[in-house]
Amino acid sequence: MSQIELAPPVAPDWHRWREGLFSSWANGLVTLVTLAAILWLALPFFRWAFIDAVWTGTAADCAGETAGACWAFVGAKFRFMLFAFFPPQLQWRPALVLALIAALLTISALPRFWSFRLVPVWLLALVGIWLLMAGTSGLEPVSTNHWGGLPITLTVSIAGLAFAFPIALALALARQSDMGIVRYLAVAFIEVLRGVPMIAVLYVAMLIVPMALPSGAAIDKLLRAQIGVTLFFSAYLAEVIRAGLQVIPAGQKEAALSLGLSRIQMLRLVVLPQALTAVIPAIVNLSIGIVLNTSLLAVIGIHDLLNAAKTSATDPTWLGFYSEAYIFAALVYFAICFTGSRYSLWLERKLKASDRH
Amino acid sequence: MVFPMTRQRQPGPSGPGPVSRLRSWIGPLPLQQGLLFIGVLLLFAFLGQNTAESMHRMGLTPGFAFLSHQANFEIGESVLSYSAGDSYARALGAGIANTVKVAVVGCLLATVLGVALGIIRLSGNLLLASFVHGYVELLRNTPLLLQLFLWSAIIHALPPPRGAYTLLGSVYLSNRGVFLPSLSIEGLPAIVWLSAVVLVVLAALFLARRLFTGSAFYLPKSAAAAVGALALCYLTLTSLGFAASVEIPAKGGFNIRGGLSLTPEFAALLIGLVVNASASISEIVRSGIQSVKSGQWEAARALGLKPAQIMRLVVLPQALRVITPLMISSFLDLTKNSSLAVAIGYPDLVSVANTTANTTGQALEAIIIIGAVYLTISLAVSALMNLYNRRVVLRGEGKR
Repeated sequence: MSQIELAPPVAPDWHRWREGLFSSWANGLVTLVTLAAILWLALPFFRWAFIDAVWTGTAADCAGETAGACWAFVGAKFRFMLFAFFPPQLQWRPALVLALIAALLTISALPRFWSFRLVPVWLLALVGIWLLMAGTSGLEPVSTNHWGGLPITLTVSIAGLAFAFPIALALALARQSDMGIVRYLAVAFIEVLRGVPMIAVLYVAMLIVPMALPSGAAIDKLLRAQIGVTLFFSAYLAEVIRAGLQVIPAGQKEAALSLGLSRIQMLRLVVLPQALTAVIPAIVNLSIGIVLNTSLLAVIGIHDLLNAAKTSATDPTWLGFYSEAYIFAALVYFAICFTGSRYSLWLERKLKASDRH
Repeated sequence: MVFPMTRQRQPGPSGPGPVSRLRSWIGPLPLQQGLLFIGVLLLFAFLGQNTAESMHRMGLTPGFAFLSHQANFEIGESVLSYSAGDSYARALGAGIANTVKVAVVGCLLATVLGVALGIIRLSGNLLLASFVHGYVELLRNTPLLLQLFLWSAIIHALPPPRGAYTLLGSVYLSNRGVFLPSLSIEGLPAIVWLSAVVLVVLAALFLARRLFTGSAFYLPKSAAAAVGALALCYLTLTSLGFAASVEIPAKGGFNIRGGLSLTPEFAALLIGLVVNASASISEIVRSGIQSVKSGQWEAARALGLKPAQIMRLVVLPQALRVITPLMISSFLDLTKNSSLAVAIGYPDLVSVANTTANTTGQALEAIIIIGAVYLTISLAVSALMNLYNRRVVLRGEGKR
């Protein structure tokens, strides 16, 4: 950029507030009306959620006429909502899985660790998660039917992302390829999966895949769902990666080839590092979408976080506290996804800033 | 008319023939590509073979013959008339109609709400803008299915009709559903006059644009044309002997009568989809308007245009180029998301197809129907969008 960019002078906070809220008569009026409307909406909710809420006790305490939200229910069913039917005496294992996932995501989020060396780290982490959840020689085996709650939501999401990545990369390259048949196969795959709702893909995984396997062969239900989620997102991820590939000027590829690099080397050393870095914010946003969409597993009877929350309100001793269960689940989803979207914004700004130099 | 069959041969080298054109389309490594293609076909053949065998083992015949059989289940509500005992084809048709209904109404309402919220974000009032910002963040960072469950729980937790909440004396909220005032025209089904009105208004807008301006946005004359068209509609209908009247629902006994009633399931789905999509649409509108460079505003101001004129003549035409494709893809998202109806009991296509698969065992066919319907919608819309994009891009290039 030839133009010198000066940051606008930053007004003190109170000044900006006054400007934003009461810059004119009309604006002040709007502020007051909005305030009144927010209070009118929020006060009953506030009353329900805090003032009249029952924080401790049993279901009997929540049964009163004036009782508001029953947070005692969330306290009592906390373990179930997080881990669902995982055997309670073994719950340190899913808890460790959550810690492992948090560590993995933290490492991957820091730009200084970005390199192809993350690939073995992710693979190791996935193997570790699998061993912790399923059990091995030393650990008591737990069938996938008993897996549930937040570990399922997160594991399916990150495994989906990890396995979708190579597929998506191949699809994106294929869609840009000069080989007609390869290109059209990729286009067909991507457009079909992007054109149907995810629930249809999950139905295929649940109902059709068992029929399409040779007789005698069977794939675990959770694994089938995982395959469905993976393929579904690989189509979306392919489009994200393609957008990244499109911003690399053709001159770079030609320069790399004229230096004597092979096509693979050109991709690995020149094109992909730039293309992928450019689309990391978009990949983060897509990953948030994956986390949110894994809630559809509830429809096919897998006990992910949402389904665990819903099921916890069908406990005969704590019957019908759906709103509390959903609000708890919503808070967990929000904490994860909001962090992700802030991170994505931060990253976008950072990448843009480093672009300018 | 008869065309001469001989073709004048152009001077110079002849263009590529079909064979060489095919060869250049296929590109390098034709043999390997052919093998890949055959491999994919073989894979599908293998899976299809297995599926057919499994179906025979279960005593099913693959194929769509079951569509004409009697479906022995009820559908909660439907735009098409349907009752247990009709054919499966009719049941699925009712499902498709329900999907279309929630998608069309949802897209309209989401656009209205989303555009309003997007403009509020830019309005300059800090409190209002922050409130909308919070609303958007909350909706975009929680799963839609959870939102639908919550709306469904809220509607089912409303008081029974006897103690229904009332808004403005004409809207009732109860656990039997939502009741709204309706405009009814005697002797004509609602859907007919509604689509007629929409068509006439669209035609009027189109004509106004063509006749008066030639440019996309000329608000006063377009608005005048729309109002005129509506008045014309009304006059034609009344002169033909149809009487229009507004019907307001009223409490009567154990239920609420009259007006437009939405079932709890439809209301929960519609509210959930609209609120969720409005968050994305408000972001699209906001970022679209902000994508117009500040230099454009300054230049327009320097030319002496008033703020409203700047918006209408300079900013909106450019912003719409960014907004329209994104908006259409969020309409498609809303349509695809309406498939979550199956989780809260609204009988949309997926829900009916699911019931069909459960009662007949023809899961493959049911899923093929779901896929075909959604794919048709998606591909048709994206074809239209490509057409639009090409037009907009061309126009943009031409003027620069």
